[in-house]
Amino acid sequence: MAAKNLLQAIHEGLAEEMRADESVMVLGEDVGRAGGVFRVTQGLQEEFGAARVIDTPLAESLIVGSAIGLSVNGMRPVAEIQFADFIPPAFDQIVNEAAKFYYRSNGAWPCPITIRAPYGAVPGGALYHSQSVEAWFCNTPGLKVVAPTYPADAKAMIKSAIRDPNPVLFFEHKRTYRLIKEEVPDDHEVPIGKARVHREGTDITVIAYGLMLYTALEVARKLSEEHGIETEVVEPRTLYPLDKETILDSAKETGKVLVISEANLTGSVSGEIAAVVAREAFEWLDGPVMRLGAPDVPAAAFARPMMDHFVPSEESIEEAMLELARY
Amino acid sequence: MAKPVTMPQLGESVTEGTITRWLKSEGDEVAIDEPLAEVDTDKVNAELPSPVAGTIEKFLVSEGSTVDVGTEIALVAVDGEADSPVTDAPPRENVAAEAPTEEFPASDTEAQPVAGEEKHTTETRASQSGGNGHGEIQDAETLRLTRSSPVVRRLAEEHGVEIAEIPGTGTGGRVTRKDIEGYIEERGTEREETTPPEPEATPEREPERVPLYEGDSVEDLTGIRRAIANRMSTSKREAPHAWTMVEVDVSGLVALRERERAAFEEREGVKLTYLPFIVKAVVAGLKEHPVLNSVWDGDRIILRKRINVGIAVDLEDALIVPVIPDADELNILGLARKIEDLVHRARARQLGTEDVSGGTFTVNNPGALGSVVSTPIINHPQAAILSAEAIVKRPVVVDDAIAIRSMMNLEVSFDHRVLDGGAALKFLNAVKRRLEAYGPESDTG
Repeated sequence: MAAKNLLQAIHEGLAEEMRADESVMVLGEDVGRAGGVFRVTQGLQEEFGAARVIDTPLAESLIVGSAIGLSVNGMRPVAEIQFADFIPPAFDQIVNEAAKFYYRSNGAWPCPITIRAPYGAVPGGALYHSQSVEAWFCNTPGLKVVAPTYPADAKAMIKSAIRDPNPVLFFEHKRTYRLIKEEVPDDHEVPIGKARVHREGTDITVIAYGLMLYTALEVARKLSEEHGIETEVVEPRTLYPLDKETILDSAKETGKVLVISEANLTGSVSGEIAAVVAREAFEWLDGPVMRLGAPDVPAAAFARPMMDHFVPSEESIEEAMLELARY
Repeated sequence: MAKPVTMPQLGESVTEGTITRWLKSEGDEVAIDEPLAEVDTDKVNAELPSPVAGTIEKFLVSEGSTVDVGTEIALVAVDGEADSPVTDAPPRENVAAEAPTEEFPASDTEAQPVAGEEKHTTETRASQSGGNGHGEIQDAETLRLTRSSPVVRRLAEEHGVEIAEIPGTGTGGRVTRKDIEGYIEERGTEREETTPPEPEATPEREPERVPLYEGDSVEDLTGIRRAIANRMSTSKREAPHAWTMVEVDVSGLVALRERERAAFEEREGVKLTYLPFIVKAVVAGLKEHPVLNSVWDGDRIILRKRINVGIAVDLEDALIVPVIPDADELNILGLARKIEDLVHRARARQLGTEDVSGGTFTVNNPGALGSVVSTPIINHPQAAILSAEAIVKRPVVVDDAIAIRSMMNLEVSFDHRVLDGGAALKFLNAVKRRLEAYGPESDTG
């Protein structure tokens, strides 16, 4: 079995679901003829036709609004927001309509849409192609928010998202698109709401997702070799609702927790994770619950040194992990 | 507001007490030091004076319950806090309330023109630079050393460990979870190696139950019964008992008492019994042979300077040993008065902790109940105990002729670690010599 990257894995997941269920369809900017700006949907329009793989105008509100209408009429649309930074025009559709449709209709109309959104800072991305906006939606009951990092998980979770009767936001970190390659088994299943322990350890717990997860795993290996510090690395995979059980199990095991994400720190999902740990693992804690994130500035800058400063670096992660381990 | 009343510590080794009777009812007014309850402890029956004035709101413990020292037993509603002398804990520093409140604008981003100086964005860095500038406020560095993390506090409590005893390897010497886990593990193995499990046989351990038969009744131990059981077991287990006896011809003493008793009682208002004479002779014997007035102390012997003689008093359902402090300073009259007072108060169950503490030697008087021979158990950790038996007329050989004399057996049980039979008999003979020296014409002073 050939190793696949995240893009290929998500593509495979989409294609397989479309083959298996003709109500599954894709819509978004340039997803059809162009195959998507990241080529995730390449070849889908040829295989499934223009009626199931729809190129939309540059109007995110329309993309999500149409998806909602299709979904309550029996379809399972996967709407692509080209960059997560573009999602605000669809905010009302997502938060006020999709999230509440089932509730508002007293259970008559579930709204099984999936909204894919590439996020995260990339060189040259700057203001409109860099943001990590997941926290906006992790405060909205009715939505589910997932952010897998590894290809096999992503393929399994895009399928779970499509099959889920609720609106699911599916965040894909752009810098992990081609960074991580692994074998993607056909039978891998990942339910929404289950975290993953990537690495077991007894000294500290690091909870991270996206590029930060990848970096944290690198640092964890380094600390193990150089300092004998064993880090348990937990990836939430689903950001809303959180898999509190797995998170708390790890927090209780090590008593020291660092939460890392690339989002602006204040008001981030990290804050929610830290709050859960502080409250429910209090008697097991042996140090402050620490967080690492982007500064509270509007966006990653275009200039590379400034962008590098914006994203928590390998060095700053190592420093924080060491501080916590030695606390 | 209601103030809790707790079970007080009524003696240095007392760990629990039984509320035998509430002397007030819920809703009653109670003044400071007014008796609130009768408490039965290992050592004494005592009245518990109320530590506060107010209205009794609730009894938290029912009569007959035994609770640990410090347990809240009642709630008393106090009118004004100011006139209450108890639970005035020193005001705690409210660190949180005094912490500097750094004002953050509602939306603090660099994009906004109001943005001030550079803000650290990771909490890691923020905590390192800390909120400083207020000298009187403890900073995180200080608190880290003087307090401990939740898990360390929990483990310390679970394992009964003093956090301060543990060397810390965390930031600035803080005790980490691994430190305390290592310490507990090490301590555990040390304990296993050095001290084999003690074959304790105290009645407090899960006892092996005897079979019960029809008509049997089961009585729970009273505090004093439990205390007697524990102390007797301890003494028999700890101290290797040896025992010896002499016969004392107390015909002269008997004659003296018969002649003096009516006048003495009329004159002094106190009955003249044999016990003050015995105690006086014992005190003199102890002065002559101080090793009998001593205490076994693990790997050494403490010779007591003061002579505080305990006298065993039978209370039908129990035995209590009130103490005559500095018995060597009293004459027969003083001893008689003191003994009568102690016995009276013992039977009225009015002895205080101070009345039963500090004994250095014990006199047992089973003769009063008709015993002629007994082998008393030492009042541990004292070195010896003396038993004075009943005075009975017996035919004895005096100057190769048979005579009828008033005879008394005098015995000591002694801790053979502290002394040997030679010393014990020298002491007994010293006591005997003094008792036999009394005659009808002797002084009762």
